[in-house]
Amino acid sequence: MDSRDTVDQAPPSVGSDVPFYAGLITVSAAYVLLIVAMLVADTTFTSIADIGRVLSNDNVRFSVVLSLVTCTVAAVLSVAVAVPIGYLLSRHSFRGKNLIDGVLDIPIVLPPLVIGLSLLILFQTRLGKGAEAAFVAVIDVLHVNDALGLIGVRPIRGITYELPSVVLAQFSVACAFAVRTMRVTFDQIDARREHVALTLGCTRGQAFRRVVLPEAWPGVITAGTLSWARSMGEFGPILVFAGATRMKTEVLPTTVFLELSIGDVEAAVSVSLLMVAAAFLVLAVTRAFGLRQGLF
Amino acid sequence: MIAVENLALRAGDFTLSDVSFRVAAGGYAALMGRTGSGKTSLLEAICGLRAVVGGRVIVQERDVTGAKPAARGVGYVPQDGALFRTITVAGHLSFALEVRKWEPDRTARRVGELAELLGISHLMRRTPHGLSGGERQRVALGRALSARPGVLLLDEPLSALDDDTRKQMYSLLKRVQEHEHVTVLHVTHSRSEARALADVVLRLVEGQVMEATPDGSD
Repeated sequence: MDSRDTVDQAPPSVGSDVPFYAGLITVSAAYVLLIVAMLVADTTFTSIADIGRVLSNDNVRFSVVLSLVTCTVAAVLSVAVAVPIGYLLSRHSFRGKNLIDGVLDIPIVLPPLVIGLSLLILFQTRLGKGAEAAFVAVIDVLHVNDALGLIGVRPIRGITYELPSVVLAQFSVACAFAVRTMRVTFDQIDARREHVALTLGCTRGQAFRRVVLPEAWPGVITAGTLSWARSMGEFGPILVFAGATRMKTEVLPTTVFLELSIGDVEAAVSVSLLMVAAAFLVLAVTRAFGLRQGLF
Repeated sequence: MIAVENLALRAGDFTLSDVSFRVAAGGYAALMGRTGSGKTSLLEAICGLRAVVGGRVIVQERDVTGAKPAARGVGYVPQDGALFRTITVAGHLSFALEVRKWEPDRTARRVGELAELLGISHLMRRTPHGLSGGERQRVALGRALSARPGVLLLDEPLSALDDDTRKQMYSLLKRVQEHEHVTVLHVTHSRSEARALADVVLRLVEGQVMEATPDGSD
């Protein structure tokens, strides 16, 4: 029998998958360990007594409440703006779309300090001062300061270096991330479902409200969570545009900076752990909601 | 009835021009043609989902060329049904009726009637997730028929189904057509499907629609 006619009974040798997975796991483990190591370092540096001391400080308690409120407002505004923008970019082609796309990415790539500086300069222009005056007029008409007074918050007299500037600084950066998330969300929803809705009697708006938005809800949650977390971490634009005034525009990242600047590292680390705890809580709630909805 | 007169449309690099055909009221026409010949684009143009650059679309003796999809009186079942993921089967059947603000009693009667006709009464509380291919197509059919359109456009509704399910759907589609008194234009690749269902077979060849024999040949 010719050796060429012999059927090769043994399977061809195939390389091992171990090096491939070893590489993946090594890289992944290194990054996870870095994050865990930072958290462990923070936790072991401070103590329950330090955290208690920090929480008993009126400035810090104000900073916690202000952060929670402004991050939530900034996240809601970010999602409210990101949904229409994301939908338009996903569904429609128009002249200048690539340019608009690029402009929307600017807050993501710009240094946050530059964003704060740009906002500060904008509100020194005639346009900015006009917008500020209109904003104050609306505040007065709606008696917002009366409501703020009931909960012990200083009245709002403008935008720059006032409470609204914190929200605006957070929103300016967070919204860009929300827009990216919503664009991807709408890209993943088959446009044919809207088309069918049109043949069933819907206007474009009805098709969006009845068909697209319910399906986009997981993306909305993700965009809101991302915006909230991003807002919580903002420091540079808030420092430049809103200042670092205790009991007025001081949010948690500002507190960390102020405590570090006076040499109280234990307090700075304790406040940092509060921020970590807040982030974990938001992620846990979002994931729990998502699991119940079958989103994760 | 459905009539298309000298229709021209463009989709990217793809064009159809001077397409004309007619399906008589109450008729069942199969539209066949090679993949990429423009069958889906033609259906979308009749629905009003794709802009036309020339010609006319006539549905139930009305020129609907410039009309919005909602005003054309057509029911449309795209490939794989395109069901609404977050809406129950009952919600699919009542969708068009709620948009038109039908009274709840009237809506409930119509939904019940369709569910019985299509054999999906047991699925009413389910969402599309987990439905079989045949069940999905029944729901898509019910959704398209709920507001009693005069014309039903089906884009390869049976292509993803196994042979047994497909044969069950043949008799269902005929029953639905008789019950609802609709004119049907049904896109298919299958000659046996065209033979089983259609009174007239149309072929889209190089941008022209011509009538073919029931076995699909010209």
